[in-house]
Amino acid sequence: MPGSPSEPYDLVVIGAGPAGLAGAVTAARLGLSVAVVDAAAQTGGQYFRHPAPGLGAARPQALHHDWPAFAELRGRFEASGAAHLAGHHVWAVTRQDEEMWSVHALVGEDSGAVGSGTGSAEVSGSPSGGGTGSDGEGRTHEGFSAERERPVRLQARAVLFATGAGERHLPFPGWTLPGVVGAGGAQAMLKSGLVLPGQRVVVAGSGPLLLAVASSLAAAGAHVPEVAEASGYLGYARRPRALAANPHKLLEAAVHGTALLRHRIPLRTRSAVTAVHGTDRVEAVTVSRLDRDWRALPGTGRRIACDALAVGHGLAPQTELATGLGCATRRTPDGTHALVLDGLQETSVPGLWAAGETGGTGGWQLARTEGELAGIAVAARLRALPALTRSRRVRDLARRRDRMRAFAEAMVAAHAPGPGWTAWLDDDTDVCRCEEVTAGSIRDAVTALGARDARTVKLLTRAGMGWCQGRMCGAAVACLAASGTAQGTVPPSADRRPLAVPVPLGALAALPEEPGHA
Amino acid sequence: MARTPADLVRAEPDPPFEITFDGRTVTALPGQSVAAALWAAGILAWRTTRHGGRPRGAFCGIGQCYDCLATVNGEPNRRACLVPARPGDAITTQEGHGHAGLAV
Amino acid sequence: MSNSSSDVIVVGAGVVGAACAYYAARTGLSVTVVDRGPVAGGTTGAGEGNLLVSDKEPGPELELALLSTRLWHELARELPAGIEYEAKGGLVVASDAHAMAALRKFAAAQAEAGVTTEEIPADRLHEAEPHLAPGLGGGFRYPQDAQVQPALAAAHLLRASGARVRTGEEVAAVLTGANGEVRGVRTTAGELHAPFVVNAAGTWGGEVARLAGGRLPVLPRRGFVLVTEPLPRVVRHKVYAADYVADVASGSAALQTSAVVEGTPAGPVLIGASRERVGFDRTLSVEVLRRLAAQATALFPVLAGVRAMRTYAGFRPYLPDHLPAIGPDPRVPGLLHACGHEGAGIGLAPATGLAVARQLTGGEPPLDLGPFHPGRFAAAA
Repeated sequence: MPGSPSEPYDLVVIGAGPAGLAGAVTAARLGLSVAVVDAAAQTGGQYFRHPAPGLGAARPQALHHDWPAFAELRGRFEASGAAHLAGHHVWAVTRQDEEMWSVHALVGEDSGAVGSGTGSAEVSGSPSGGGTGSDGEGRTHEGFSAERERPVRLQARAVLFATGAGERHLPFPGWTLPGVVGAGGAQAMLKSGLVLPGQRVVVAGSGPLLLAVASSLAAAGAHVPEVAEASGYLGYARRPRALAANPHKLLEAAVHGTALLRHRIPLRTRSAVTAVHGTDRVEAVTVSRLDRDWRALPGTGRRIACDALAVGHGLAPQTELATGLGCATRRTPDGTHALVLDGLQETSVPGLWAAGETGGTGGWQLARTEGELAGIAVAARLRALPALTRSRRVRDLARRRDRMRAFAEAMVAAHAPGPGWTAWLDDDTDVCRCEEVTAGSIRDAVTALGARDARTVKLLTRAGMGWCQGRMCGAAVACLAASGTAQGTVPPSADRRPLAVPVPLGALAALPEEPGHA
Repeated sequence: MARTPADLVRAEPDPPFEITFDGRTVTALPGQSVAAALWAAGILAWRTTRHGGRPRGAFCGIGQCYDCLATVNGEPNRRACLVPARPGDAITTQEGHGHAGLAV
Repeated sequence: MSNSSSDVIVVGAGVVGAACAYYAARTGLSVTVVDRGPVAGGTTGAGEGNLLVSDKEPGPELELALLSTRLWHELARELPAGIEYEAKGGLVVASDAHAMAALRKFAAAQAEAGVTTEEIPADRLHEAEPHLAPGLGGGFRYPQDAQVQPALAAAHLLRASGARVRTGEEVAAVLTGANGEVRGVRTTAGELHAPFVVNAAGTWGGEVARLAGGRLPVLPRRGFVLVTEPLPRVVRHKVYAADYVADVASGSAALQTSAVVEGTPAGPVLIGASRERVGFDRTLSVEVLRRLAAQATALFPVLAGVRAMRTYAGFRPYLPDHLPAIGPDPRVPGLLHACGHEGAGIGLAPATGLAVARQLTGGEPPLDLGPFHPGRFAAAA
């Protein structure tokens, strides 16, 4: 019914990856009404992305080492009574009043979940069958189909942000050529669509994800001439305690190492792709040796023929929905921003919890552990049963979380970008892919116009003002902005992106009037 | 060792269907996104940029970078990595903002 | 002269501070600009860059705006094209014949005060703006209305001034001498000395006045702007509904919205304007977005299919009588104010800067500054 939002849920979980599913399962088991909203058609999040049913994959586990564990979690979720609201692109969460949050989503936007025939948008579970679309008029304008895109507002007594992470990117000459794809992007396209960007795919950047990506690309038939890792991997040795306490992670690394050996893929550390060659698509890349600060060593460039490059520099937590509500963030050892969380996963804003990569990247097992903790904490709060948080289970979960978190922080620190990468850029290298803002114009804004931070660079150059709202170039722009400064630095701040996804004006105009405004 | 991603997961897809890219027929599998179907056909670019007119295609693969914007059945600025391919879809290279028809 | 002393210190690196620095430097004064944030980091960076005469009724603010319009025209020739100066004109539209009659009366009074106006009858609105909704009552075109990209305009003004710019330095105290006269400021990085301090701290101008022992009741009046995806030119003018003028003039703390729609050289269409007094709260208001979108799509139905990519809030520096404070503080010798321009700071900056520069050098003011005298609030205190 237009204008009347659904009955409130106790808990709305944003994100259907391991953190979100674990949180939902736990909260539902403890008696809460729960909805999980996610942009995708299927559960799993980015890590457990898997082919749509129509692709008939008999062995999805061939792309995931831990598939059985996910299948088990998914099974528990499906039996939990929690609603799965697929194809919901959440664009904002706002405070409705002291006891209620509003979760604003766009349904059907660029998504297969509505009208795709897969039936995955069906709403199951309590309490009232999901949200209420508010444009009942069925108007159609150019580019905005009211049948396809519908605004939805959910009400929730508590919100769990399980929004995961995106890949961090650093620019280099040629990175906008077709055939250059995110390492995580190549992995995602393979996992969901069973496709490869090319036949000969160089994998480069930094972080343990590169090994997993190279292994899966090779297993799926691509030739991977080499993996270029900008860090030295020696950083791991500096944190022996965190490593020794996490044998599973070591095992995982060994598995990928073995896979690289099996596919005869050389791993070159302290190396980076510093140029891409080709006119309209990738034909070759230049891999250079780096010093400790990631400066390319002159004369070390090797040209490697390839038709694709998969590149990424670790993951960056997706926190914009939470920061929009004022949730505090902290700087991670590799320079990203993660939400500040207490021992029971609550953010600095009471009533809002987070689990998984939003609190710092750390892998799916950490995410699942944090999700369960958050689910217990939310139930304890809403049902006024603080004893729930004093159980042995909570102590075990918290201990496991702390151990995995310590390992994750040690690992990201080892792969933190060195300051020398900015020297890879030519003045005419596009840094902002959307608005085609070059490194040269950003340097001008810093040296000639006095920009000292990413926001000011954005105001003066449009870097970060395009469709992606700085998700691709934000890290790079922040580095370039800070590079010009001796005095007057402005502390870096977490991303603020009011409107987490673009919303048609017609959809905004069709929203029901908010309570509290006569 | 597997030679294709489909071999790797022992895929037995539902029957393929056809879409077009700039008039050329492309075969897609049920459940693939528009971007996946184009990649499978060796097509990596389906947009040109607003200022430089440079070719672009899928980059992040998960709906965050908006580099894969395509015109799908006449509607511009659809994220090809998210939009599922459907039988008969007409994908066209999107030039710039894709809204040239609105100019006054 | 040492690095820490100059003829004048301007507090605030927004567009008003930049204009004060620019015109002061042109008279030969040495200028230091200090800001706790970055260049254009406050209200300037959150503005749309409007240089308007159309929304002002005859009176002192219109005089200031008319002078500024001429000065911006000159600046556009002196500063780089990067400031994106566009003399595109404003178009005010009336919803029906009744509203058109009121608008006609308003425009006639403006014309008498020196504003160029041009009536556009209902049946010719589509020649002026092809995407306007049908059924409107007509409108007036204001060729003097223009636009700049405000952050770039401020940054280029500041650069052209040659002033020393100290960003990321917060003014902690205003230094005064034996007779209470200004001697400089102490910032988080040390002392800066000058016989004059200009308070161009915008919405935060009340705090700076207080540091100096003065009083200026500047309050934040929040506004949201919606920014669309990049488009070709779909809106030629700055277009707004006639009721916007009433909202601007209102002193109410409650939420008021009236759509103001304009294109930009970069592509996105900007949609304002909301007004509410809620302190410095940046939290997204979905109700504001709903109203702005509804009003903008009512004016331009084609926008319903266009995506809003982002939105941001800014805080207009609001003084109770809607006029800025320009001139010497009545109590603190050497302290000048140049703040409180509400939503018109980009437009009014050059005339403000010129007036301040004349006062610093004892020159003839470019217009009657009486109505802007900062002392006008002292009596009420």
